[in-house]
Amino acid sequence: MGAGAITDNATVGPDRMLSLYRSMAIARALDLESVAMQRQGIIPGYAPMRGQEAAQIGSGAALVDGDFAFGTYRELGVAVARGVDLVGYIATHLAAWHGGLYNPKESGFAAINAVVAGSVLHAAGWARGEQLKGSHGVAISYFGDGASSQGEVHEAMNFAALEKSPVVFFCQNNGWAISVPTEKQVAGGSVAARAQGYGMPGERIDGNDVVEVFRVTSEAVERARRGEGPTVIEAVTYRAGPHSTSDDPGRYRSLAEENSWQKRDPIVLMRKRLQADGQLDDAADARISEEAAAVVEEVRDGIVHLAAQPGSDMFTFVFAEPTAAVQEQLEEWKEASHV
Amino acid sequence: MSDTPENISMQAALNRALSDALADDPSVLVLGEDVGKLGGVFRVTDGLQQRFGESRVFDTPLAEAGIMGLSVGLAMNGFKPVPEIQFDGFSYPAMNQIITQLARMNYRTRGAFPMPVTLRLPSFGGIRSPELHGESLESIFAHVPGLKVVSPSTPSEAYALLRQSIADPDPVIFMEPKSRYWNKKPFDPEIADERLPVGSSRVVRAGKHATLIAWGAMVSRCLDVAQFAEEDGVDLEVLDMRWLKPLDTRGLTASVRKTKRAIVVHEAPRTVGLGAEISALVTESAFDVLKAPVARVTGYDVPYPAGRLEDEYIPSIDRIMTAVQDVFSYRRDAAK
Repeated sequence: MGAGAITDNATVGPDRMLSLYRSMAIARALDLESVAMQRQGIIPGYAPMRGQEAAQIGSGAALVDGDFAFGTYRELGVAVARGVDLVGYIATHLAAWHGGLYNPKESGFAAINAVVAGSVLHAAGWARGEQLKGSHGVAISYFGDGASSQGEVHEAMNFAALEKSPVVFFCQNNGWAISVPTEKQVAGGSVAARAQGYGMPGERIDGNDVVEVFRVTSEAVERARRGEGPTVIEAVTYRAGPHSTSDDPGRYRSLAEENSWQKRDPIVLMRKRLQADGQLDDAADARISEEAAAVVEEVRDGIVHLAAQPGSDMFTFVFAEPTAAVQEQLEEWKEASHV
Repeated sequence: MSDTPENISMQAALNRALSDALADDPSVLVLGEDVGKLGGVFRVTDGLQQRFGESRVFDTPLAEAGIMGLSVGLAMNGFKPVPEIQFDGFSYPAMNQIITQLARMNYRTRGAFPMPVTLRLPSFGGIRSPELHGESLESIFAHVPGLKVVSPSTPSEAYALLRQSIADPDPVIFMEPKSRYWNKKPFDPEIADERLPVGSSRVVRAGKHATLIAWGAMVSRCLDVAQFAEEDGVDLEVLDMRWLKPLDTRGLTASVRKTKRAIVVHEAPRTVGLGAEISALVTESAFDVLKAPVARVTGYDVPYPAGRLEDEYIPSIDRIMTAVQDVFSYRRDAAK
């Protein structure tokens, strides 16, 4: 993991390189806009992912249709890479609906989940399902260095490794679980090193190098698809912003640390790389910025104009069909709310 | 078919229900600790792996959160998992998955991922088991939006309710009264094949003077009480709630409005037990005809005791009889 360097890999062609850069630019712009929308009082809260674009875009882009991504609540970049409806994604931060308003089944991207590591077992179960069906989809499970402390991560890795299920356990080690640094979170210092204990490969990579992330994740995905079992990838990256818009990193980490990571901004690294390779001139870069701005504009517009869900939705989705008690309370709500 | 009804244990009836469900629907899976070769610690899954293979009936590692989390993922991939958690008390490590994931997934995803998962949970006391092998968790589960809860009282009901739970699109906590596993009863095909709506109770003994309300193993105990009471000229109705969520408010009301007296019997601790909810429902719907407050005969507000003390804890015939007498001797104007 050379500081500031980007992996040279001939297998990732120029079109892919540009598309990774473009997706990172969109994710960055929308992330910044989401923080702005929170400051402007449009959305009540947001969990920024700035700094983690390479980890998320590089890994998300390694998936194909029929694969499934399971995350928590800081995976905007993966959503961009997977083509998830972004108004539906940000809607969770608008507090419109907890799981977001996109269709997770059609998107191949699980509903936003507030429980860190809550969905790691789902990835293992879904992947086992692919084996039982004789299908070839691959599950990718996103969790952080903080979530790696949860027992369910162990249960999921153990089960998937026993069954050689097609899962990629993708840990974004962003240095901080709110205020607790990795060195006080991860015994032994590496989540990837734990893979050895389960008899599966584990790789610790530069999570700010989008090309390396893409290459390593693609290999793990294809390995899983070939029936060779799960892999742990630990992408070392940095949560450049606060844990959430309510957090204050000044209380627990230094500006010097933040500034040192600023030099390894994944988008800047990739831009330099593309420019050096002659794949990106100023005009092309400006076009990508405009494109990102257009996406942001559209999402902002969608969020600003998103009507509140009808209160009856509270009752509609508790069960496949409301029970008599739920139906009765729906009527009670209608009366109380003069609907 | 012979005219003599077949005598069958609840364990065998449940085994048959699983076998038939696996045969009828290729998306049904059975998973859990020791459910394969061993056939489960209560042998409910006996022979199923041999018949249906290891891809339909499989052992998991010893990890309850894992069992439930895998089931959620399998359900997201189109399966109808029927996980077993070996004993009631072992569901505690799985509560995160049950409450924060399984129960909410249909809601969270606005119906994109329904959760047709039936958790089979050997439940309640009465078998002199070690600690945390005799819990009565119905009110904990019933309190969680998105879960359905059911408990059978006889082999025929067990067959019917398990088939119905597996076919249901929502998560069902299926509480098997482990003290009844080996109790043989004539298998009644009419009951076994009957599909009363989810949330239906059943009057298992019609009576005129008071309603005993129970589920699981307590139903048969209430039937014993009713038999004793009959000798004293008291005609008790016994209502098997069957479904503990949704609760059959209509069936409950109809029975109590007829008998005008109600006694709820359950093994779980009294405070915030399901008896409180049932008592409230009865009060709301039959206050005008009630001749006495709804009585509760329950476990005490103590951890489930060790085996040598459990007969002191589980509602006994005597305690239920006393409660019945108290209800009959209640006088509104003489209330203490």
